[in-house]
Amino acid sequence: MYEFDYRRPNTLDEALEALRTAPDGKLLAGGQTLLPTLKQRLANPSDLIDLAHIQDLKGISVEGDTLVIGAMTRHAEVATSPDVRARIPALAELAGDIGDRQVRNRGTIGGSIANNDPAADYPAACLGLNATITTDRREIGADDFFTDLFETALVEDEVVVAVRFPVPVRAAYMKFKNPASRYAIVGVFVAQNSDGVRVAVTGAGASGVFRVPEMEAALAADFATGAIEGIAVPQDDLNSDIHASAEYRAHLVGVMARRAVAACG
Amino acid sequence: MTVTVSMTVNGEVVSGEVEPRTLLVQFLRDQLRLTGTHIGCDTSQCGACVVHVDGVSVKSCTMLAVQAENAAITTIEGLADGERLHPMQEAFRENHGLQCGYCTPGMVMSAIDLVRDRPDITEDEIRKGIDGNLCRCTGYHNIVKSIKAGAQAMKG
Ligand SMILES: Cc1cc2nc3c(=O)[nH]c(=O)nc-3n(C[C@H](O)[C@H](O)[C@H](O)COP(=O)(O)OP(=O)(O)OC[C@H]3O[C@@H](n4cnc5c(N)ncnc54)[C@H](O)[C@@H]3O)c2cc1C
Ligand code: FES
Ligand code: FES
Repeated sequence: MYEFDYRRPNTLDEALEALRTAPDGKLLAGGQTLLPTLKQRLANPSDLIDLAHIQDLKGISVEGDTLVIGAMTRHAEVATSPDVRARIPALAELAGDIGDRQVRNRGTIGGSIANNDPAADYPAACLGLNATITTDRREIGADDFFTDLFETALVEDEVVVAVRFPVPVRAAYMKFKNPASRYAIVGVFVAQNSDGVRVAVTGAGASGVFRVPEMEAALAADFATGAIEGIAVPQDDLNSDIHASAEYRAHLVGVMARRAVAACG
Repeated sequence: MTVTVSMTVNGEVVSGEVEPRTLLVQFLRDQLRLTGTHIGCDTSQCGACVVHVDGVSVKSCTMLAVQAENAAITTIEGLADGERLHPMQEAFRENHGLQCGYCTPGMVMSAIDLVRDRPDITEDEIRKGIDGNLCRCTGYHNIVKSIKAGAQAMKG
């Protein structure tokens, strides 16, 4: 790792101030992506600004029909939270299947979505549930938040504060894991929301998480696995790498989507 | 530039001068000479470095020492009571749950966190629960057996 300075703000304002004044400051959440990246010397920030001591970024609350999850909430907390389990069990299960137990004890939802790894799980839940991302200065809809591989709508000194998930009628997430890394080769989040059906795919897209409008329309008309049988996603927009070809991923999107619909019950 | 960190390690308050980039595992091994915690990879995948931080299992290679300020850390050295092994350590010994032993400290630390209050944890749950710990020797079978026995023993 290259050298850096370490800062430990106690409030969001202090964190923003630290970000603005550091020559090249970077936020540190759970560190489960950032620290491995630094160990490989793939980044060289001047300062790490640790968000762990800012109370306003932590915790899970229920506001009417919305579940609000603070940016610094660990994956393990989301997986075991009675509020999440009762209202959006698919989200609790998704969180409980991220990486391994030790990664879940440190990794956070804010870090995961800010990082926007094309094979990460939370982006599929945000897009599938039509979540809203609250930052220090604005609200960003999930459709606008995830812009490209490892790219989001966040500007340089913007901090994710919370993610707001509308409670769906029903939802399920199905992930075909890479057995070595546990990241998704393909993951499909299907949700029947109060304003329509959403199908969000992670792991497969050449530019990150995406929706499948044809499947959404078919499921809106008839929420059954048969309704999406035969709907294929174009291979041109999919990722090919050592783990899976675009053709294989396209096939998996169909399989995982049907399994998710079936799991919705 | 160095900074001072203090934390409780195996029940004792310790402090030291570290660089901000010092990993918790480096602090434990190089400064405190607690070399039971191992380093098996540089990609946060092997689990040889697992310790408990405030009661939960964490990869100490993926946490900075400064992030552990004021935390309570338990390492493999902190488990036994004098000559008496922790029930999970004893279970690994009894069930031949190790061969070269490189992965063992991390396995034991992960196992204790996994089975706490779950004496009847199933084999499937154990296999899934140690996803973050790799072993190149045993084929896992006896590790799973050890953890199952350790879970029962920890109940008593
Ligand atoms: C072995 C292993 C397996 C994994 N498997 C999976 C998996 O199966 N699925 C999966 O989805 N992920 C997986 N991950 C990644 C894991 O979920 C990370 O925890 C997550 O991607 C990043 O969250 P973090 O809190 O650790 O963030 P950090 O690593 O601390 O930060 C990541 C990035 O986000 C920025 N950031 C952090 N918080 C904020 C904020 N509040 N506002 C703005 N920017 C912020 C940081 O500056 C940094 O650029 C795995 C990681 C490991 C090591
Ligand atoms: S040394 Fe491999 S996970 Fe920590
Ligand atoms: S006993 Fe050798 S690596 Fe597990």
